Amino acid sequence: MSILVGKHTRLIVQGITGKEGGFHARGCKDYGTNLVGGVTPGKEGQTAEGAPVFNTVEKAVKETGANATMIFVPPPAAADAIFEASDAGIELIVCITEGIPVLDMVKIKRYLMGHGRGRLIGPNCPGVITPGQAKIGIMPGHIHIPGPVGVVSRSGTLTYEVVGQLTALGVGQSTCVGIGGDPVNGTDFIDTLKLFNEDAQTRAICMIGEIGGAAEEDAARFIKKHVKKPVIGFIAGQTAPPGRRMGHAGAIISGGKGTAGEKMKIMAECGVIVCKSPADLGETIKKALN
Amino acid sequence: MKIHEYQAKEILSKFGVAVPRGRVATDAHSVASIVEELGLPVVVKAQIHAGGRGKGGGVKVAKTLDEAQSAYAAILGMNLVTHQTGPEGRLVRTVLVEEGLNIAKELYVGMVLDREKSRVCVMVSEAGGMEIEEVAAHTPEKIKKEWIDPALGLMPAQARKLAYFLNLPPEAVREAVKFIINLYNAFVAKDCSLAEINPLALTADNRVLALDGKMNFDDNALFRQPDVVACRDLNEEETLEIEASKYSLNYIKLDGNIGCMVNGAGLAMATMDIIKLSGGEPANFLDVGGGASEEQIENAFRIILADNNVKGIFINIFGGILRCDRLANGVVNAARKINVAIPVVIRMEGTNVDEGKRILRDSGFNFIVASAMRDGAEKAVAAIAAGAAR
Repeated sequence: MSILVGKHTRLIVQGITGKEGGFHARGCKDYGTNLVGGVTPGKEGQTAEGAPVFNTVEKAVKETGANATMIFVPPPAAADAIFEASDAGIELIVCITEGIPVLDMVKIKRYLMGHGRGRLIGPNCPGVITPGQAKIGIMPGHIHIPGPVGVVSRSGTLTYEVVGQLTALGVGQSTCVGIGGDPVNGTDFIDTLKLFNEDAQTRAICMIGEIGGAAEEDAARFIKKHVKKPVIGFIAGQTAPPGRRMGHAGAIISGGKGTAGEKMKIMAECGVIVCKSPADLGETIKKALN
Repeated sequence: MKIHEYQAKEILSKFGVAVPRGRVATDAHSVASIVEELGLPVVVKAQIHAGGRGKGGGVKVAKTLDEAQSAYAAILGMNLVTHQTGPEGRLVRTVLVEEGLNIAKELYVGMVLDREKSRVCVMVSEAGGMEIEEVAAHTPEKIKKEWIDPALGLMPAQARKLAYFLNLPPEAVREAVKFIINLYNAFVAKDCSLAEINPLALTADNRVLALDGKMNFDDNALFRQPDVVACRDLNEEETLEIEASKYSLNYIKLDGNIGCMVNGAGLAMATMDIIKLSGGEPANFLDVGGGASEEQIENAFRIILADNNVKGIFINIFGGILRCDRLANGVVNAARKINVAIPVVIRMEGTNVDEGKRILRDSGFNFIVASAMRDGAEKAVAAIAAGAAR
């Protein structure tokens, strides 16, 4: 089965005529994703990566039947791009853009939780991949193989690291979801855990968190109550100093809250198998599967 | 991004938030003219990007002009140590002189993004002048919070609830409501990540004013806040971090001796963690970004090596789409230009990884090639230990 992305996905790319947007649209298509179109205002009628370009998402949906979008719009206009996708009825909105002002995201999240449609993944994320079927994102497809492990993470390259370990051990992945490193994002750990919990293909879940906020703690409590599959967790930033933003806008220990130690403690109390070392994740997940 | 108290008060007053009258003193002479303008007493305040200034001797009340001038002379140029500066303290380069107020009560109002609720949270408390984290930990009942719907903004009804919670005299409630609403307007208009007025003063004549003012800003929104950017004080920032930001490198200096160069923030943190788990201490957090181009690597080398504590470097790049042969050439060329004389351990993963490793081996440099993350961390720790033994 897997979650979110698959052979049913009909993808458009917002910002497809940009350098990044074009490059990664091609990457998705080469991986096997059904790329049906792109959107760049003012460039309707052109083709990009073999797909038709439209002025608006509304038109793209009408003409192509798109049900998913990948957003590469620069930060000042990214919130608008998310709104446009939701407004046009896109089911899965993956926003790769890094650097969106957080108060823009506060507004968009309010809209999406109210009368907005669609599920947002990100922003500031690598995207979603269902190995062997399709990907919406910037991750290297070739390091993935299909299998039983669901991966959900706030980080990009650290997820690749874990996937790399799993694949080297011959352990495949059902779907890998990058929820992004921003303080306000769309789909969170709990939303993704719910999907993995109900997915028949997924037999174990790997959750990669980092310092800042309380999303991992909330997820741990949810796992204790609802998740029947083994969950293996890691928190990046055990050595991070307080009060400093560690790259990601959301990765900051403030007011003594959001430390790796606290997160790992609560995760362990809630039955998550906590890995102290990022190098042990692959082996630990493999063991948990058996 | 952080700014000084006097800058925050300038911004706030533009939004109608009441602040005491005051000015920055540019020299001893100007203290006299400020005192003449404000009258006595005055408060002389050190301007640094850290709290706890009063306890460290950076805030003095002066009842005469002489006192004001000697307070100014004592504070300007002092090395102010507070619980937030660390033991090394911070040099005071700017001094604010403000009117002294007859204060009846010190209160608290703060605004911050609540990540779990994805909304701005406004907090008030009667326990002003204390760290709000302390109040929250020991007497949470003394704090009242309201979460703001971004579509509506802070509603007057919410501001009234907050103001009444402060047990103000009836004459001051209307002022407090106005204060809270204006502060929220400033928060949103200026893309703040934090706005904190601690203490918020209730004066004997029932006025409500910002005695102190702290504003932090969302770095992601600085592109649309040029007047905030103009307030940036580079003296308050780590020199190497300023240098790194010029090359869009994300660098944070730490206390260890293993320099780290990694692509991606999460992997960079995990790399620091595994160095520690392997018995070493990371010297920095450094994210070179997804591309890790030759130029970025060269700049990263330069910044890592500018830290004299660094005795070895661990490069951990999970390329994926990135080609390792290109990456290896970048590392070799950068090392050649910069003349890297300490051990460099490289772990890389991605397309053409074997070709990349060959380039590193044939480079003439003594690069130590690692097969995985833990292997790399352990080799970096061992290389430094060997260097120290020599």
